[in-house]
Amino acid sequence: MADPAKPPAIPAETNRQPLSLHVPEPKYRPGDQADFSHIDIGAPGDQPRPDEGVHPSQMAGLAYGLVRVLGDDHQAHGPWNPRLSPDTLRAMLGHMAMVRAFDERMFRGQRQGKTSFYMKCTGEEATSIAPAMALASDDMVFPSYRQQGILIARGYPLLEMINQIYSNKADKLKGRQLPIMYSSREHSFFTISGNLATQCPQAVGWAMASAAKGDSRIAATWVGEGSTAEGDFHAACTFAAVYNAPVILNVVNNQWAISSFSGFAGGERTTFAARGLGYGIAALRVDGNDALACYAAAEWAANRARGNHGPTLIEYFTYRAEGHSTSDDPSGYRSAQEREEWPLGDPVTRLKKHLIAIGEWDEERHAAMDLACAEEVKATTKEAEKNGILGHGLHHPFHTMFEDVYEELPWHLEEQADQAIRERITKFGTERPFG
Amino acid sequence: MSEEPATVGEDVLAERRLNMIEAINEALDIMLTRDPDVIIMGEDVGYFGGVFRATAGLQAKHGKNRVFDTPISECGIIGAAVGMGAYGLRPVPEIQFADYIYPGLDQLISEAARLRYRSAGDYIAPLTVRSPFGGGIFGGQTHSQSPEALFTHVAGLKTVIPATPHDAKGLLIAAIEDNDPVIFFEPKRIYNGPFTGFYDKPVEPWKKHPDSVVPEGYYKIPLGKARHVREGEQLTVLAYGTMVHVAQAVCEAKGVDADILDLRTLVPLDIKAIEASVEKTGRCMIVHEATRTSGFGAELSALVTERCFYHLEAPVERVTGFDTPYPHSLEWAYFPGPVRIGEAIDKLLKD
Repeated sequence: MADPAKPPAIPAETNRQPLSLHVPEPKYRPGDQADFSHIDIGAPGDQPRPDEGVHPSQMAGLAYGLVRVLGDDHQAHGPWNPRLSPDTLRAMLGHMAMVRAFDERMFRGQRQGKTSFYMKCTGEEATSIAPAMALASDDMVFPSYRQQGILIARGYPLLEMINQIYSNKADKLKGRQLPIMYSSREHSFFTISGNLATQCPQAVGWAMASAAKGDSRIAATWVGEGSTAEGDFHAACTFAAVYNAPVILNVVNNQWAISSFSGFAGGERTTFAARGLGYGIAALRVDGNDALACYAAAEWAANRARGNHGPTLIEYFTYRAEGHSTSDDPSGYRSAQEREEWPLGDPVTRLKKHLIAIGEWDEERHAAMDLACAEEVKATTKEAEKNGILGHGLHHPFHTMFEDVYEELPWHLEEQADQAIRERITKFGTERPFG
Repeated sequence: MSEEPATVGEDVLAERRLNMIEAINEALDIMLTRDPDVIIMGEDVGYFGGVFRATAGLQAKHGKNRVFDTPISECGIIGAAVGMGAYGLRPVPEIQFADYIYPGLDQLISEAARLRYRSAGDYIAPLTVRSPFGGGIFGGQTHSQSPEALFTHVAGLKTVIPATPHDAKGLLIAAIEDNDPVIFFEPKRIYNGPFTGFYDKPVEPWKKHPDSVVPEGYYKIPLGKARHVREGEQLTVLAYGTMVHVAQAVCEAKGVDADILDLRTLVPLDIKAIEASVEKTGRCMIVHEATRTSGFGAELSALVTERCFYHLEAPVERVTGFDTPYPHSLEWAYFPGPVRIGEAIDKLLKD
């Protein structure tokens, strides 16, 4: 009998070709000269823009190609140009500048010990801000953890964001969630999980509910290319296709999932947009560093969903310019040159140059805007610090730890709450206020 | 919360008898009628009415937008239900067998159970996940499991298990109206008749059992309240689902004056009823069909020991399934039947 704890003996015959296992490897590692000339980015304006009711089988070119609008001449090209007003473009640029200023400040705050954790979205600002602007403000969004741009675009107060990041006494989530795992029902922004891709079938379920009720609101979800490997993503695609759900599945392909490049999610074999075609879902692959292309794709998908033509999968082809989080150091696994060599540039710079090129913006105004963003974030940070920072005191009454596990506290949680409060008195005495 | 059956016209309807499937079907029908936000989804639940017929006729009556089939994807079923709950619906997904619930665990444990907490009340997950569980039907290792302990271990979930048609209807209505996610395990061995554990004797239909009397119309049984099946002095029996009937039959056969509690809800648990009973009898037998190690019986045993230690006159006894997969041909050797229960009773009453 063969031992099941051991691999089988390989047959001695020599006329069979030995198999080989492919373990993906990114092109460049630390110290390597990065060169992205192998990536086919097509040309701005080249992609056709079909009617929103098009059958997914007609979208192969759009799923394997790249929808681009902004050219090297900083002008908008082709049928995907969303023809936004200069005011809208300036608002978009303003949101992107604000997110960048916010990220800078929060990153530093974490380094200064004001909180435990932060995640920047540098280089990916367009992938959340432009789609958020293309959606209605009451369309429901189910984001992943790098879509702070949606909250900024929807006017969520910076102060609330920072209170959450500091887990301080004014944090609406009562200090329960890791920094940046925001939630705001008022802004139709779903509570961020931290478990990857779980939001995808939830967004589809929300969209199914909206459709079943004859509502007009649609849902959109964001997931990283790495997380598309999760079963939840595929469950979401199946359900979205089966029920023709009015949902937009946004895949932010920023090339890196912590240290694993997109090849570990299948990116060596096909595009992430092409996943949609297999399900019979409309699919677009978009330059994620081109805010106009991002807006146009989201607008197309929203129109499709609102017209009862069903779901769309959009791949935003972009680059994660910084580490995964404050706990990550990308110099340990990728070439430091990748960011500069990225063939699709920087989304903020490109939109800024476009506005300047059409005579609606200038460097002076841009510098003033950046300064104003930095000042506003700085002032708001100071304001939030009045409510405390993480680790300096246990900000929330101990009883809150037991609330919201259930609608009402069952006996065992009441007993445990009493115990926690006793422990607090044992440690701090009764002078300090406690709850 | 309204309690127990309404009294209006009760004597007229008192003799209406249903099996557990009919009682569950009626509860679902009532809730679909009363609340336009209730929806039912699951594999084969639509046109066909479910592999156990629990949803028979509901799609025809309430429409395809309210009662519909799903892809074979438990992750997708629970995930979509969470999203529907966030929209404001009150989904009642069915997982065809409890053995198939595992692909949906992340959506239950990390999502449904935590939405209210992590969003500080912004979002809730008022789902009721119905699923047939337990063995005794020659279902083999993939149609027989009792995974309730996995769910009682999760903060934020409630776990409910009915033992009679009357309770199945009232508890299911309460579960659907509850704003927290509820796992509602239906003991499929007793769908069609109470089971005494004597597998070699003829099956009795529910119609002969007093708890098959199911009032018409809406009523609910509050979650977290045990049912006193029988008052007794000699020992306390803690059981739920199928094992309530098995334990009761063995006690009767042995002439033991047992105080039998059908727990009905595992979380939140009716600790007061348990304490009162054990303080009275001083002896406690816990019976469940699930595997033994880290089963819910371990939690019950710990609670009884912690809270009633000075009333105990004998060590707590657990009677459970063995720590093996549920075997097909040796099903009755696995099942905690009359012999195993009888031995535990003898041990408890020895001194």
